[in-house]
Amino acid sequence: MAGPTGSAIDPGPPAGGPGRSSIPIAGPPRLGSAARSTLIAVASTVVVFGVIGWIVVNAPGWPAVQKSFLNGPVFWSSLPSIIRAFWVNVQLFLIAEVLILGFGLVIAVLRSLPGPAFVPIRFLSTAYVDIFRALPGVLVIYILGFGIPGLGLPGVPNQPFFYAVLALTLIYSAYVSEVYRAGIDSVHPSQDAAARSLGLSRFQSLRHVVLPQAVRRVVPPLLNDFIGLQKDTVLVSYIGVVEIFRQSQIKQAATFNFTPYIATALVFIVITIPLARLTDWLVARDRKRQLSGAR
Amino acid sequence: MRTLFRPAAIALATLLVAAACTSAASPTPAPSAAPSVAPVTAAPVTAAPSLAASEAPSAAPSVAPSPTPEACAPGSLATVTPGRLTIGTDNPAYPPYFEPSDPNPAPWELGDPTNANGFESAVAYAVAMKLGFTPDQVDWVYVPFTNSYAPGPKTFDFDINQVSWKPERAEVVDLSRSYYFVNQSVVTKADSPLAAAKTVADMKKFKFGAQVGTTSYDTIVNVIAPTQEPAVYDTNDAAIEALKAGQIDGIVVDLPTAFYMTAAQLDNGVIVGQFISPADKAGEYFSLVLAKDSPLTPCVDQVLLGMRSDGSLDTITKVWLSEKVNAPVIAP
Repeated sequence: MAGPTGSAIDPGPPAGGPGRSSIPIAGPPRLGSAARSTLIAVASTVVVFGVIGWIVVNAPGWPAVQKSFLNGPVFWSSLPSIIRAFWVNVQLFLIAEVLILGFGLVIAVLRSLPGPAFVPIRFLSTAYVDIFRALPGVLVIYILGFGIPGLGLPGVPNQPFFYAVLALTLIYSAYVSEVYRAGIDSVHPSQDAAARSLGLSRFQSLRHVVLPQAVRRVVPPLLNDFIGLQKDTVLVSYIGVVEIFRQSQIKQAATFNFTPYIATALVFIVITIPLARLTDWLVARDRKRQLSGAR
Repeated sequence: MRTLFRPAAIALATLLVAAACTSAASPTPAPSAAPSVAPVTAAPVTAAPSLAASEAPSAAPSVAPSPTPEACAPGSLATVTPGRLTIGTDNPAYPPYFEPSDPNPAPWELGDPTNANGFESAVAYAVAMKLGFTPDQVDWVYVPFTNSYAPGPKTFDFDINQVSWKPERAEVVDLSRSYYFVNQSVVTKADSPLAAAKTVADMKKFKFGAQVGTTSYDTIVNVIAPTQEPAVYDTNDAAIEALKAGQIDGIVVDLPTAFYMTAAQLDNGVIVGQFISPADKAGEYFSLVLAKDSPLTPCVDQVLLGMRSDGSLDTITKVWLSEKVNAPVIAP
């Protein structure tokens, strides 16, 4: 091995005495491998995004794109009304999510009722799930939002917001019930058998043994559907309510600038990312618990 | 280190290749009006030296300088399809601007722009003829309303679709001089309390609806300024559904459309009244939409000026819209 000056040096007897294998002696302190990885990660990120940024900014159409999509004055002037309109979406997805989680579970349980006596119930719930997973949301909102009030039945509410909640609940419960069903099926049948053998009724077994396990398993997909629901709240704009997307469309039509859409996109990203990280954390915690055999 | 090095190097190489490709692409050249060597046919109608009195005085856009006869000769017009004139409008095209044929040619759902019946169809064919095109040299294309005045290249030579002149629109497309001065109006059901309103103050407590991006929506916000936020729809048809369902009390649309709505689309619809702009302010008017800096704009403007001064525009208006103007005026 070379010494500090680079010239070859006779290594001499190995450290630790004769008969021991040659072990390199630690030299002057060097960067720890963790710090080195971080440095490389930062450097490569800066290089990659620097190159991307340089390409974008030097593209021939960049000034026009910047004026159309990243216009500062338009962004700041439209942001207050956009955030105010977002409150409609927030109310919509909070209320709808509670109803969806409940109604979806009911449908899932109804679909899994065994025995010939329950055939009509299983048929109806299967038909419900099939139909509402097939229909595009726009159709549902138009049919419900304009059709039902148009009948003029007494006592039927007429607020578009109500019909938006109704449409979102009906559509998403169909998807969520399938998620629940997957969760219920994933619980090993021995759990139900053991519960039944202890004398619990079918319903008690479901409520105390199967469902607690099943629902815990499907929390990540349920959160996934919740994130999707936040986007689908724009459905209410079709029946006249001014929510965040419609508000950005109004701004866009008035100024011919697409920056309001970018502002809307940013709002959605800001609320989605924490939820997505929460989902990741829950999944990781669940895996850790399962793999370490915690009780 | 190796695990980070390779993906970074690959990404870097990809980006450099992409850079080489994108910077090599040149921007699409704007269409240039290349006058061809064509014999000068009948010169377009020479413009009257002063603007006709009915032209909007203050808020009118600057009129393009009078073009030379050669630039507007049909052979030298730089149209989308050489030798043919392409006109755009929305589908469905509504009466009284476009009247239906029996049967309508595809894809026209309601009004048929190709039959020259209907106010805007008649104006379009009159402009086409004055530009030197025969009716069978005219093609129609479907252009959604909000696309027509949005920035960007156009599939039409001009678009005629009840597009009102607005300064923001005039910055991104060329808007011709007026071919119709229009008033906004309020439509409601006969049994609604809104039907009895006479002034803007009477109307403030009601819920209004309009199509997104229209001057009708601007009228609700700026002229009526109701206490309830207006409902905004993708189309006027959706607004009609909401009116029928009782979710809104009234719709704001231009007056000729209001006549069609109350005649054909609503069973018991009434026009509450029309808004007239004060005498000192320029009224709202419809313009033809052309691509920004289109070479046709000066020619079209000259044609429209001629049609206004020789009375042909008035004649067309009387034929198609004569009964469509009698509605009570809403006081401020």
